[in-house]
Amino acid sequence: MLTVRIIPCLDVRNGRVVKGIKFQGLRDAGDPAERAAAYESQGADEVVVLDVSATPEERGTQVETVRQVRAALSVPLTVGGGVRSVANAGALLDAGADKVGVNTAAVNNPGLITELAERFGRQCTILAMDAAAAGPGKWEVVTLSGTNRTGRDAVDWAREAADRGAGEILLTSWDRDGTRSGYDCELIAAIRAAVSVPIIASGGAATIEHLVDALHAGADAVLAASIFHYGETTVADVKRDLRGHGVEVRL
Amino acid sequence: MPDPAVIVVSTGSANLASVFAGLERCGAVPRLCETPDDILSAAHVVLPGVGAFGAAMARLREAGFVEPLRERYAAGRPTLAVCLGLQLLGETSEESPGISGLGIIAGGVERFPDTVRVPQFGWNMVTAAAECRLLASGYAYFANSYRLAVPPEGWHAAIAVHGDPFVAAFERGGQLACQFHPELSGPWGQALLTRWLAAPDGGAAC
Repeated sequence: MLTVRIIPCLDVRNGRVVKGIKFQGLRDAGDPAERAAAYESQGADEVVVLDVSATPEERGTQVETVRQVRAALSVPLTVGGGVRSVANAGALLDAGADKVGVNTAAVNNPGLITELAERFGRQCTILAMDAAAAGPGKWEVVTLSGTNRTGRDAVDWAREAADRGAGEILLTSWDRDGTRSGYDCELIAAIRAAVSVPIIASGGAATIEHLVDALHAGADAVLAASIFHYGETTVADVKRDLRGHGVEVRL
Repeated sequence: MPDPAVIVVSTGSANLASVFAGLERCGAVPRLCETPDDILSAAHVVLPGVGAFGAAMARLREAGFVEPLRERYAAGRPTLAVCLGLQLLGETSEESPGISGLGIIAGGVERFPDTVRVPQFGWNMVTAAAECRLLASGYAYFANSYRLAVPPEGWHAAIAVHGDPFVAAFERGGQLACQFHPELSGPWGQALLTRWLAAPDGGAAC
């Protein structure tokens, strides 16, 4: 039986892990390859490296970062942030990413998902979607790190992306991200009802109950950044706790 | 001391970096296959693959890799097929109707039913038959939409369950085919790669 995946996310800028972007300004949190290897040894099922660079210049180190993380990591690696084209994605895959996440560029040009799926396969093509509440039971897609509200219905977009060949959806609640108030489980359930591809829940995790709620709402995997970065807990502790809640995990 | 040189056969679509990195972590020296002769001269050959069955077979045919691969399998020489690579060993795939595979094993792969999550993404428990020499039971990482439902005759198999049981891997001597990704399956996968790399290339002398 397929186990639930616990996925730490590394926010990387200019080749370094950063944290506290929203609340405390940028603080250096170490070398991406070292952090990734540490998470793997704790039992991470997968690692996401998200490039949060503000400019293309800062993103110049992205491929080299992926290469270094790949050499250190023997579990799957998903890379996202600033992927604009098939050529961008190809360079990241060649450097050692197993999956590439597309977000803003795919909203602007949905054909990018089709192209990526045809060129690299569905299993490499991940839709990263940021969604914000837009009324009761409604969410809209936001892009450009939440600064642009697109008016596009999140459920419709998930369905279209899956039809076009997205093999998985990394679903971030823009309202919950960084709030530590739990994942948006209504959003997860709404996307779950619309698509059959796996969903990675993201945004708002602080407690084991939050993770369990997201899984019950229909997520196949849970992503978290701050609870692992700040040393509050380890992947291994989280997995033991989840098992205690009757969740099937790889331990 | 096993020969560290390993030939990796490209099936066209990207992403050999993880396979290379996994082999390097085991002390092997992987090199991309350039000519049909590379497939016959190497002690160890890896047939990885992502993407579509039909496109991968077209690529193998164009490059002249089909016959040397069949020859290697017929001679029992150490060969590792991964993910789509395993599927290419069959006769057919529901993914690409009308396209013939390598035909190393009888039968072919079919899509998982709609009653389970497709693609299967993640870690699943693999249970190896007692006769397996390379395969062990443990958690392996899968990323697949198609699978072989019944183990091929004459091979020892490992089984996993996604809805129904399916073939996670099969082996015969130094020949190993994995539906999962050993190169992405953590220390358990690394140990499997290491055992396979230690398989002697006895077939070459025959």
